[in-house]
Amino acid sequence: MIVKTFNKIYDTDIGYSFFNSKIAIISSSIFFIIFLCSLFAGIVAPYNPFDPASVSLMDAFTPPIWSDGGSVSFFLGTDQQGRDMFSTMIYGSRISLIVGFSSIIFAMILGVFLGVTSGYIGGRYEIIIMRITDVQLTIPTILMALLVDGIARGIISRSMHDEMAIYVLIFAIGISEWPQFARVTRASTLVEKNKEYVSASRIIGLSNIIIMFKHILPNILRPILVIATIGLALAIITESTLSFLGVGVPPTTPSLGTLIRFGNNFLFSGEWWITFFPAIFLVVLALSINLLGDWMRDALNPKLKKR
Amino acid sequence: MIIVAFVSFSLFNFVGDPVNSMTGEDASDERRAEVREVLGLNDPVYVQFTRFVGNIVQGNFGISYQLKREVSDLIGERLPATLELVFVSALLAIITGVILGVYTGIHRESFVSNVILVVSLAGVSLPTFIIGIMLIYLFSVILGVLPSFGRGEVTDLGFWTTGFLTISGLKALILPSITLSLFQMTYVIRLVRAEMMEILQTDYIKFARARGIKNHIINYKHALKNGLIPVITITGINIGTLIAFSIITETVFQWPGMGSLFINAVYFVDIPIMSAYMIMVAFIFVMINFIVDITYYFIDPRIRLKEETN
Repeated sequence: MIVKTFNKIYDTDIGYSFFNSKIAIISSSIFFIIFLCSLFAGIVAPYNPFDPASVSLMDAFTPPIWSDGGSVSFFLGTDQQGRDMFSTMIYGSRISLIVGFSSIIFAMILGVFLGVTSGYIGGRYEIIIMRITDVQLTIPTILMALLVDGIARGIISRSMHDEMAIYVLIFAIGISEWPQFARVTRASTLVEKNKEYVSASRIIGLSNIIIMFKHILPNILRPILVIATIGLALAIITESTLSFLGVGVPPTTPSLGTLIRFGNNFLFSGEWWITFFPAIFLVVLALSINLLGDWMRDALNPKLKKR
Repeated sequence: MIIVAFVSFSLFNFVGDPVNSMTGEDASDERRAEVREVLGLNDPVYVQFTRFVGNIVQGNFGISYQLKREVSDLIGERLPATLELVFVSALLAIITGVILGVYTGIHRESFVSNVILVVSLAGVSLPTFIIGIMLIYLFSVILGVLPSFGRGEVTDLGFWTTGFLTISGLKALILPSITLSLFQMTYVIRLVRAEMMEILQTDYIKFARARGIKNHIINYKHALKNGLIPVITITGINIGTLIAFSIITETVFQWPGMGSLFINAVYFVDIPIMSAYMIMVAFIFVMINFIVDITYYFIDPRIRLKEETN
């Protein structure tokens, strides 16, 4: 049964291209390992860094296992509070991935909705939406996210802020990335709009909403998927940057960016591993998603297919 | 611009209570009313908005809630640092980017080109702050040759403080500007490379070759000149990005510029600074677009000819 499904997948175009691309296989397996680790953080991580009982200040600043003074129980060393680096990283990547995924889904829903409707309806509505995306695309993502974050900090009272921080962050990153989706979706919708099946469904009297989301949307999913993958890498980097700047997730639930920020304070006293490992982890994560996105862009683009 | 002004005005008005953050929670009601009157918060909204815009035109952005100082003073203090940083890194990015781009465009298959391209790919994937931290670790902690924070000694020219004139100032500039320019550089390299590869295929280059013009003259005088137009556009747009990314670089290197001012403002919900920063950035964006358009006119004779025939 499993073999059969596997063969079926292997026989498709995308499956073939996937299994014949070393980069795609390597990067996707790295990504899925990280993904699974963070999903089952409670099982994979040897310690729970948020459980005060398991943390001992006596263990603080233990270097990694291969340098002098390294301990077998903490193979990547510990941070300033004696938390195991490996466990904190796994839990940190969980926060990073949650924020990354949620914000990209938020951006996707918003962008795709506005893109499809503006492409299909057209007129003044389309002009307004596209003007907004134009303006927003000139503002760098990070600046936009910072502004939204800052405004949210003003609106939400300080005591509430730590609880709300993660939602604010998702909103801020999502709102700064939706124009990409809107653009691509609109462009593809404009192409699909004039095809015969759309005219046919219009003639048989289907409502516009059904035509837009049930008939056009499935046909334009490929470019959206590509944008979403590359956007996920960007969202994760943006999240860690904001957390690094100290305006992201609260320090009680550190993401990779927060860990790097803490570690940065100890760089000069020689405890390089506190900042180095989360940084490498983040880079590997972002790079693997980026490479996956690159492969996907080529594989899903019929024009680039090698004959 | 007006939209930005309006948004930042609404920020001023509706976000948080400035009176609270200025007087503290336990101030008396009379004191509050007094502050309210001084800030003009009792006037109707349209009066406030007109005054707001009028003040901005005169360069008056209000008083920082947190630092209790004129925002325009603060910005005047910080702006030179950021502009110097952005200027140096833009220069660095363009010069190195164009040189490497031309090289990889001409010697397409060589080993060095491939190395440059792989490194530039890594440059895109690495977040700016990680590059900064790694440079600090390498050059300040391990080698100990370059300072890791601040601007070094600065010379005060009255309205402008510069780090260009002292050795420590220049030294302090090296790491932040490399950090900031790296991302930009990779863009320029890729763009110039693509342009060069395309242009070297065109007929006029083949013709120039047939005429027996020396290779390096063709490459630099004929091909590069035409390839530079998109580079100018992208660089223009990206100077805005540089300013945004200077927020990160300034935080990593504790560079006393606009970016660190802004990030502190976000942290302490200091609305006047935030809105002033927004207006400044919007202004710079508009200016850059304007300058880019003008540069086209001087660089591309086709645009000039079209105007004249009209």
